[in-house]
Amino acid sequence: MNEEWTHNGKGVVINEQRAGIGKSIVINGELSGGEDLTIEGTVEGKIELRDHVLTVGSNGRIKAEVAAKSFVVFGQVVGNLTATEKVDIKETGSVEGDITAPRLAIADGAHFRGSVEMPRVDKPREAQAAWNRDLSRGSSLNNDLVRV
Amino acid sequence: MRDMMPGPVAAVADEAVYVSKTLSKFLSAVGALPAAVLVDLGPAIGSNISFLGERFGCKIHVGDVYADLDRHTREGTFDRFLEFLARRFSLSDGSVDAVLCWDIFDYLGSAAGDVLAAELMRLLRPGGQLLGFFGARASEEIRYTKYFIEDESHLRLRYGFYTGACRRRWALQSRDLDSLFHGLQLSDSILMTPRPARCCSASEPPQISIRLFQRDPAHRIGRLGGCGQRGRTPVSG
Repeated sequence: MNEEWTHNGKGVVINEQRAGIGKSIVINGELSGGEDLTIEGTVEGKIELRDHVLTVGSNGRIKAEVAAKSFVVFGQVVGNLTATEKVDIKETGSVEGDITAPRLAIADGAHFRGSVEMPRVDKPREAQAAWNRDLSRGSSLNNDLVRV
Repeated sequence: MRDMMPGPVAAVADEAVYVSKTLSKFLSAVGALPAAVLVDLGPAIGSNISFLGERFGCKIHVGDVYADLDRHTREGTFDRFLEFLARRFSLSDGSVDAVLCWDIFDYLGSAAGDVLAAELMRLLRPGGQLLGFFGARASEEIRYTKYFIEDESHLRLRYGFYTGACRRRWALQSRDLDSLFHGLQLSDSILMTPRPARCCSASEPPQISIRLFQRDPAHRIGRLGGCGQRGRTPVSG
């Protein structure tokens, strides 16, 4: 777990715990959960973070089908990404795969190879349909986030 | 994965904004379709993808042929580049509504240009559109240009932006282009002129022509079946 002290906007400092996978960790299999996750290690398989943000850190290596609310990519991803809100590929980020997201940002210097499908924001059902398609490919919805 | 990336980015790039009704025409045709499938042969530019995806609802396949060319040149595998190009796109025949070529054909030799053109014509559905940019000046010094779509009728070109590994930039003449895209009909061919007030450059902005082609609905093209042998018209810089 990574601990971060942040202001809550009312002058109060709160302690947020954020799930993280360290850079020496290698996971093969399915990962799902109900909180934001930062991956600095290697994950191969399938990742589902419904309603949450997946951050692939600069050391992170992912080879997986991934579905989440949003993605921030500093590291390397090979596989298809489905986001209900946004995919943000930073300057150091690399994505090879197909992206489905209503919003996309690719920084100068980022690497992307694949296709992009952007369901119109006024049609949330399409994004939801993409979600459902992804989830229906034999995934296990009830697995908890693998904690390391 | 990272070795797919282009060469180093210039610290300061020259920029110029060009007005283009041809771009507007291309985008209108793309926007008229409910969910156009578009192939972009350039490097992934976030603002272009967002513009095309959010405004026009396109599905965009990004295939950076500049990076492919550079990689084969750097690795000394250029002899296999034609074979690579012939299999570069796994999309099925006639499955693409529009292609954004940018100026990639200026950097391909005659044989590679023929193979890529044949592949693009194979991908285009009947009535599909191909938008290409062609420089007027040949060069031995390769510095690529990035094309940013500002809006429906304006393009911002950042030229000399990053250094390529390939050896030469060609200046294609009309007869070269006619031969290259002989399965397509030419809709528009315009020499773009930069807007002086919107240039930010020490060097003279490049002269670039923009051409809009349309796949002839009656012309049947298969994989590697659409090109003939031809040579580049020799033009010095």
